[in-house]
Amino acid sequence: MRKAIDRSVVFLCGGATLLILLMLVIILSNITWHGMERLSWEFISQPPKQGMRAGGIFPAIYGTVLLVLLMSVAAVPFGVIVAIYFAEYAKRESRFYRWTRMAVNNLAGVPSIVFGLFGLGFFVHGIGQALDRGIYGGKLLLGQPSILWASMTMAVLTLPVVIITVEETMRAVPREYREASLALGATRLQTILRVVLPQSWSGVMTGAILAISRGAGEVAPVLFTGAAYFLPRLPSRANDQFMQLGYHIWVLATQSPDVEATKPILYSTVLVLLALTFLLNVTAMVIRKRIRSWATR
Amino acid sequence: MRSSQVLSESLRTSDVTNRHLKRRQRLDRAAEALILVFASIAMAIILLIFVYVGREALPLLWENKEGASVAATFAPPVVWQPVSTNPRYNVFPLFLGTLKVTLIAMLIGTPLALAAALYTSEFAPVRVREWIKPGIELLAGIPSVVMGFFALIVLASWLQGQFGFDFRLNALNAGIALALAIIPIIYTVSEDALNAVPNHYREASLALGASKIQTAVRVVFPAAMPGIGAAMILGFGRAIGETMIVLMASGGAAIVSLSPLDSTRTLSATIAAELGEVVFGGGHYRVLFFIGTLLFLVTSILNWVGDRYNRKMRLKLFGAE
Repeated sequence: MRKAIDRSVVFLCGGATLLILLMLVIILSNITWHGMERLSWEFISQPPKQGMRAGGIFPAIYGTVLLVLLMSVAAVPFGVIVAIYFAEYAKRESRFYRWTRMAVNNLAGVPSIVFGLFGLGFFVHGIGQALDRGIYGGKLLLGQPSILWASMTMAVLTLPVVIITVEETMRAVPREYREASLALGATRLQTILRVVLPQSWSGVMTGAILAISRGAGEVAPVLFTGAAYFLPRLPSRANDQFMQLGYHIWVLATQSPDVEATKPILYSTVLVLLALTFLLNVTAMVIRKRIRSWATR
Repeated sequence: MRSSQVLSESLRTSDVTNRHLKRRQRLDRAAEALILVFASIAMAIILLIFVYVGREALPLLWENKEGASVAATFAPPVVWQPVSTNPRYNVFPLFLGTLKVTLIAMLIGTPLALAAALYTSEFAPVRVREWIKPGIELLAGIPSVVMGFFALIVLASWLQGQFGFDFRLNALNAGIALALAIIPIIYTVSEDALNAVPNHYREASLALGASKIQTAVRVVFPAAMPGIGAAMILGFGRAIGETMIVLMASGGAAIVSLSPLDSTRTLSATIAAELGEVVFGGGHYRVLFFIGTLLFLVTSILNWVGDRYNRKMRLKLFGAE
């Protein structure tokens, strides 16, 4: 009796695990299977044609890559500096530390649609319009949705990812390294810049990759801050709008007049986005695993 | 005589090194100040979000454009009809929709995620464990728009084909997809909590003759309870705010209905679907920002409570954070 109950508990728990992984496999294989049909070099390198019923998705790929690059330029240095504070300077019992920690944890849980509203309210209507009034004499240049503000919004969203990953790696750097450096007469700053940071390089990489993977997949934050249905030209200035893969998927899936006709294109677009985020995630996982084994050694 | 010479010599050189050292110390202090400034900005962001989202909703308190006011968001009749000649802004249907989809997601997601966490931390052989964790991490890495797409195109048709629902897109369909999106967070946080339970708890229980399974269910699981509570709260917060999945998979009808098989619209999906088409600064615009402010407040409180639970558990188990 006892044994039967025991066995069924393990069986149920194992079954639940298997079910979750099975769903993952179903989603992945379904998208890969149907997505391969249309995937070709033309699909990746051509713009959409005939009202998105033909052609490719090049502008959306271009826009996504540009978005995450601009985003990383802002989020990675900022995140690294905050991580340095957390790992190297913060006094754990200080009130400032507790508040900052709470704020960053909280930031990680803010819904992405709220980031979209924030981007519109703060970057577009706040900073953008203020700059237009102050510098450009009231001409409408920056006070409108654009790739610049979309990437800044995305940078705010991915900031906690960078902070948490980099901090974790910095904490894994053995204490003796710091002590040796300080004992040799190096200042705290020198110790951080020449000893801790070089040792945490892989963590910075992982943080950037995870942030990029997150930023490439999020749609809600760019809905109102710069993404466009369709653009005949690629974005070339900071205040241009842009096309984005995730947004393109949403448009194809819900706004298309003929869903059946766009379905193959839709599937292939999903496959491209999924492949992109997965590649990034797997890379981050491999680097992370190395860090952990290095930290425990 | 000689020793004083050496002394003055060394004093002169130390004067040079002193200046050098002072400069380095100044640089060090400047860098520390700069780092503190950045940390303060990181802290300020959360306030900025509240202020700048709330700012766009604030005029609702005294304005009354197109019948939009704070009172209008809960005044009868209970209809959300922002685009009409006589607009109605009662958020109750959206609120109910959010609650409905979120509860379905929690009912499906929580047992699966907790069981998987228990399996991973207590029963699974090490080799199997090494496959489960990356698998769940990959699930977490699926963008929500892709999950929404899958629910919209594949899952909805399959469910309708199997069970013959009246509406292809409904709260159940969105709830299942949402469950898949929150499983990774519930799993990760609760698995961490289970792992944090010290081994002597297990050893003591086994030494008293309890089986491995009894130990897991009656000792380890209860000990990790605050962390598991935190996991559920964080998952709940994530589900409430999730946008693209419900926007694509729930059907989008803002109706008052308790049935999980009706087309449903949530708070977050309403913002996403409608903000693109409203007049800047108009009544509808302000109400949508008001909803955003509510979402922000609710998820912030949930996050805060979840964090506290997590800390409480570490205090209980280790006497320190």
